[in-house]
Amino acid sequence: MLSFILRRILIAIPTILLISVFVFSLQKLLPGDPVLAMAGEERDPEVLEYLREKYRLNDPIPVQYVTWVGNALQGDLGISLRTNQPVTELIAEKLPVTIQLAVMAILFALVIGIPAGILSAVKKGTVIDYIANIVALSGLSIPNFWLGIMLILLVSVRLNLLPASGYVPLSEDPVKSITTMLMPAFVLGTALAATLMRHTRSAMLGVLKSDYVRTARAKGLHERRVVLKHAFRNALTPIVTLTALLFGELIAGAVLTEQIFTIPGFGKLVVDAVFNRDYAVVQGIVLVTAVGFIVMNLLADVAYVLLNPRLRSA
Amino acid sequence: MTIADPILTRRPESRVWKKFRTHKSAMLGGVLVTFFVLIALLAPILPVPDPAATDWGAVRKPPTAAHPFGTDEIGRDVLARMIWGAQASLLAGVISVGIAVLLGVPLGIVAGYFGGWTDAIISRCTEALLAAPFLILAIALAAFLGPSLTNAMIAIGISATPIFIRLTRGQVLSVKAEDYVTSARAIGLPTPKILTRYIFPNVLPPVLVQATLTIATAIIAEASLSFLGLGQQPPAPSWGSMLNTAKNFLNQAPWMAMWPGIAIFLVVLGFNLLGDGLRDALDPREH
Repeated sequence: MLSFILRRILIAIPTILLISVFVFSLQKLLPGDPVLAMAGEERDPEVLEYLREKYRLNDPIPVQYVTWVGNALQGDLGISLRTNQPVTELIAEKLPVTIQLAVMAILFALVIGIPAGILSAVKKGTVIDYIANIVALSGLSIPNFWLGIMLILLVSVRLNLLPASGYVPLSEDPVKSITTMLMPAFVLGTALAATLMRHTRSAMLGVLKSDYVRTARAKGLHERRVVLKHAFRNALTPIVTLTALLFGELIAGAVLTEQIFTIPGFGKLVVDAVFNRDYAVVQGIVLVTAVGFIVMNLLADVAYVLLNPRLRSA
Repeated sequence: MTIADPILTRRPESRVWKKFRTHKSAMLGGVLVTFFVLIALLAPILPVPDPAATDWGAVRKPPTAAHPFGTDEIGRDVLARMIWGAQASLLAGVISVGIAVLLGVPLGIVAGYFGGWTDAIISRCTEALLAAPFLILAIALAAFLGPSLTNAMIAIGISATPIFIRLTRGQVLSVKAEDYVTSARAIGLPTPKILTRYIFPNVLPPVLVQATLTIATAIIAEASLSFLGLGQQPPAPSWGSMLNTAKNFLNQAPWMAMWPGIAIFLVVLGFNLLGDGLRDALDPREH
């Protein structure tokens, strides 16, 4: 088991290195002198030279890359040009907000997606299956930022039930924090629920056809017990893996959701950074999300082996 | 020397078409997609006002006979902007997926067919690109390339490329082991000929399905980028940027937010249904 985890970590290293090359070369895409772009309105030659020295832009590109990666490994992703804060500090500050949103969204997705998937697999070919599929496909086709706008219109503007925007830290007022986050989390969760439902359905369909389910039925077990204990437990493996892989979708969805509901999280940070041409922040965020995604993949692989006793000895 | 070519005979194609035709939801998808393609193509000759013409006397007016979809915050006709916006959305969908296919399929074929170091390098790069979430990657690229519809399409295209590399590579790996490829190699056919004549036609069906489904994702991605201000720039219309403006006038002019969302939903649904239908029709296991 340990050697398996170690091997997976070793495989992840070249991928992370390639990502760092990619993120680093992003800044080389900038047209013209990067220092001019970084300095913004500032045109004082002394300042420009200072920046050039500071970011080692006079060095050859490979040297610049090595310096950059070396700093990143020590947690130094540069300084935000807008707030003058270290990028790492900015990200660490915004991350808990997005994690709260993500966790609540995943809860929504699990609560909606998994039962719907099981139900539609068990009732395959019936009206229930048909409706569940239409709802899931619609969920995949609705832009979630539009769903957010429509919910604000209905729930906040018309019915005045929930606040349309804002954020209250969990530590400050837990109840208010959760109610404020309810609508954004629902919007983000429904998009994931659709994917989750479709995968749960196909995993369940595969398992329900298997011999041990037939045996369980033949033993005269109650259908509910067959479905939940024998079938679902085995279908769970691909579902767990998928949930980890939804991380990317989750982060991308969070960018838009935070924009609509003006939640001061990770997603809003990247959008604001883009408009303020705060490139160090953009690079930092791409790097952190990509590494986060790889870590999630790694955890998914480990969970896959843990959940699957046949693979454990491998 | 002739080798029976399963792809070039007529029968399988007509069977696929027959299966597709009886697939109700796929046909619905086809109708939806055709409808929006026609609207986008006919935009210049449809009898609607200039999408950029402002009318300060008709600011944020609800739908009327003169403006069936209402007017926006500077008195422009929302229907006209919707129709011209269809062009931006479909172009973004088709061109970005075109970029992804043109880059991804050859790379996937090379990686799968030649294996070894070429495969290792291409595959590691694919994994690295796949690790960055699609939209984050597109946002970062659009940010560094500068905001415009063209750059949004390039960004979406590059972000979607790894999916096609991976898909094509997998397909090539399974086709490569087939007897007819082995025999083609045995009789000494040159590699380019094997690739174009035997490998490529077999890679095509799954790529076609994936391309259709990715157009749906790309249209949402373009709308998202434009919504964030990183796609189509004003005053040119796009459904995403219309939603961006509309969210500021939700209380006063809810129709401004309704139509673009419905249109994105319908066209994306269309491509998703079409893709699902194509997959069912092309799946040999389901004959």
